[in-house]
Amino acid sequence: MDFQLNEEQQMLQDTVGRLVRGEYSFEKRLEFSETEAGYSEAFWAQLSELGLTAVPFSEELGGFGGGGVEVQSVMTELGRGLCLEPYLQSVVFGGGLVAQAGNESQREQWLTGIASGELKAAVALQEPQSFYDLNDVETRAEKSGDGYQLNGRKAVVIGGHCADLILVSARTSGDSRDADGISLFALSPDTAGVERRSYPTIDGAKGCDIVLNNVQVGADALLGGEGQAGAVIEYQSGRAIAALCAEAVGVMEVANELTLDYLKQRKQFGVPIGKFQVLQHRMVDMMSELEQARSMAILAASVADAEQSDERRRILAAAKNVIGRSGQFISENGIQSHGGIGMTWEYNFAHYAKRLITINHQLGDDDVQLERYARLMQAS
Amino acid sequence: MNMNYTAEELAFRDEVRAFLDEKLPADIAAKVKSFRPLTKADHQRWQKILSAQGWYATHWPEEYGGVKWSPVQKHIWDEESSRYGVPRSVPFGVNMVAPVIIKFGNEEQKQTYLPRILSGEDWWCQGYSEPGAGSDLASLKTRAVREGDHYIVNGQKTWTTLGQHANMIFCLVRTNTEVKAQEGISFLLIDMNTPGISVRPIITLDGEHEVNEVFFEDVKVPVENLVGEEDKGWTYAKYLLTYERTGLAGIGLSKAALSHLKQLASRRIKNGRPLIEDPTFSQRIAKIEIDLTAAAISNLRIIASVEGGGVPGAESSMLKVRGTEIRQAINDLARRAIGPYALPFVEEELADGFDGDYLLDELAAPLSANYFNNRKLSIFGGSNEIQKNIVSKMILGL
Ligand SMILES: Cc1cc2nc3c(=O)[nH]c(=O)nc-3n(C[C@H](O)[C@H](O)[C@H](O)COP(=O)(O)OP(=O)(O)OC[C@H]3O[C@@H](n4cnc5c(N)ncnc54)[C@H](O)[C@@H]3O)c2cc1C
Repeated sequence: MDFQLNEEQQMLQDTVGRLVRGEYSFEKRLEFSETEAGYSEAFWAQLSELGLTAVPFSEELGGFGGGGVEVQSVMTELGRGLCLEPYLQSVVFGGGLVAQAGNESQREQWLTGIASGELKAAVALQEPQSFYDLNDVETRAEKSGDGYQLNGRKAVVIGGHCADLILVSARTSGDSRDADGISLFALSPDTAGVERRSYPTIDGAKGCDIVLNNVQVGADALLGGEGQAGAVIEYQSGRAIAALCAEAVGVMEVANELTLDYLKQRKQFGVPIGKFQVLQHRMVDMMSELEQARSMAILAASVADAEQSDERRRILAAAKNVIGRSGQFISENGIQSHGGIGMTWEYNFAHYAKRLITINHQLGDDDVQLERYARLMQAS
Repeated sequence: MNMNYTAEELAFRDEVRAFLDEKLPADIAAKVKSFRPLTKADHQRWQKILSAQGWYATHWPEEYGGVKWSPVQKHIWDEESSRYGVPRSVPFGVNMVAPVIIKFGNEEQKQTYLPRILSGEDWWCQGYSEPGAGSDLASLKTRAVREGDHYIVNGQKTWTTLGQHANMIFCLVRTNTEVKAQEGISFLLIDMNTPGISVRPIITLDGEHEVNEVFFEDVKVPVENLVGEEDKGWTYAKYLLTYERTGLAGIGLSKAALSHLKQLASRRIKNGRPLIEDPTFSQRIAKIEIDLTAAAISNLRIIASVEGGGVPGAESSMLKVRGTEIRQAINDLARRAIGPYALPFVEEELADGFDGDYLLDELAAPLSANYFNNRKLSIFGGSNEIQKNIVSKMILGL
């Protein structure tokens, strides 16, 4: 057994960590969040120059050949900085979809750009009614000319407000919640009939809802076999879940560090509040939650790139469930331990707390994961 | 044992309902019910209506313009007003400083301030907390030094709720540094327009401007503005806190929030069915509803004991803890109920007069922000940890 990163992985994590510490102070993060893109183009450029946007792609695609653990190393550090760049959306999830489902020419067309950071992708898989079920697709794609016509509405596309490429799921057959009959299309946001409604998100990032109104795309926009995208989406959302877990661990680490510091510094009744046993025990619980989360993030990373199986599904559901619960525990108890200060915009803790809560809302919250796990448990 | 309302109490409830049916402005009620922020004008409009009815000052003796409601009547009012979406009165004037003035103030203070609170001419805020004095309030440092017929006040208050709207602030200030911390504190009424006072906004994590810092730099306050005796302010402050805490359990508010949640959950769909029929989610709601029932009965038991002439003691601390936990749990579920739509935060949707498209459902827009904002419930008014300390000392003798 060895839970240590190997030398290369450690170097990778150190590189990202240094970059984040150097470039991503909390004050700068607030500024980045206020810009139109909602993140720092300059920081993104640095990430790509260092080859970090190529981490998960195979060497023949110009990548670094990294797997779950490498992605984990990057995401944890981005989590520590509460970084707003669309690494998860573009590189891990979007890139993953193109890499798995795309044919050679599609990969050439898009993946090179994603890996070099020049092209930013976003995934538009959710819909207003879909809750967290990615098979719940009502957007329709009808054959039209030698391509397809898309109609429907996509919800909460994080990073979609400024993406160059949007990966949209649409139904080519079947009923609204069937796993079969879902197709995946690569769409330029400039295509006629694509309307984006952009907004900030509560955690400081940005996203959009997308209305597709008679959007005409060519046959070459279809990624993978018609109606075959359900499995690809499920697989790649599993990789994204592993990445989110890693990010959450980074966020929790800093949240706990900040809280512990505060307990030592803040004096009331003539002593540091960390002398009160109720706060000590709570801090210990917060640390234990983090340890559990860390273990599950490691486990999730270890299966992120494995072949699909019920075992992989079960592990990812378990990991996301733990992350959701521990994130909420650390968020709420961290605010509480800080008193009024924990509630303020100007103090960084609140933003860590908000990110932890929103992570639970991405790709299925702890309830949904628990249900998934229970279903898989019964099946085995 | 009789848990039913008497005939008179039922008649009172009908009277309350008739009044609210007729007089509560629909736009204000709609905002309250959907957790949208109220403007200063909203508060003032409603206060005028309440005052005209003679129902604004529910904690005051009749001779000063109060309503003589029994504890049960107050409870009925709280219940009905939460159900109807009545704005929560900004408590600092009517429910906090006024009872202190009535009990400890001199005649002139009563004559001056009470009518202005009733009419809404004065908007009060509470200057207790300081950067270094939160839970340990008695360690406060803001100084008031007497010079002739004035106090000269220097220092800083913080977390001053809605201080941006206020023209008056009641403050705890240190007038004596020679004695034990609690014994050198005085209770001062200060006009916010006095030179030397500045107010700086504190933005909370949800982007709201609700609290402020207030700075005092050589502020001249006439000695007439001292309430009661110099150095005896701690006693008055504690008296006020008993008033502050009674309202904090917020059982009525939780009931309203729960019914909002159920409405939301019957509109949202999960696995092709209304969320409220989803086994996981419905159990979560059910559990909270059961907890709320227990808290509501506990609340009634406290009310009944006060009605019989008892004094609410540490029970109200227990209820504050329970009540705020329950409300936070409802907020948590409401945020969960909107799933991925917990992320978008479109401030314009919360603003007055917004008539654009809603992203998901008009009910959803404020829910995440509301969840984060209400983390405050377990922090302010004496944090829940402090309440538990009180209970363990007063009831358990630990
Ligand atoms: C939104 C909001 C509005 C407010 N409005 C007002 C207002 O209008 N006017 C006003 O004067 N104040 C107001 N307050 C201040 C509020 O009363 C204080 O925040 C509260 O008393 C806690 O103080 P603190 O924030 O300094 O936290 P601290 O006292 O520093 O507490 C930090 C943590 O330590 C815990 N702790 C402290 N002492 C002990 C102990 N002995 N045992 C166990 N745990 C302990 C606390 O429970 C908390 O978890 C407001 C606060 C908020 C957040």
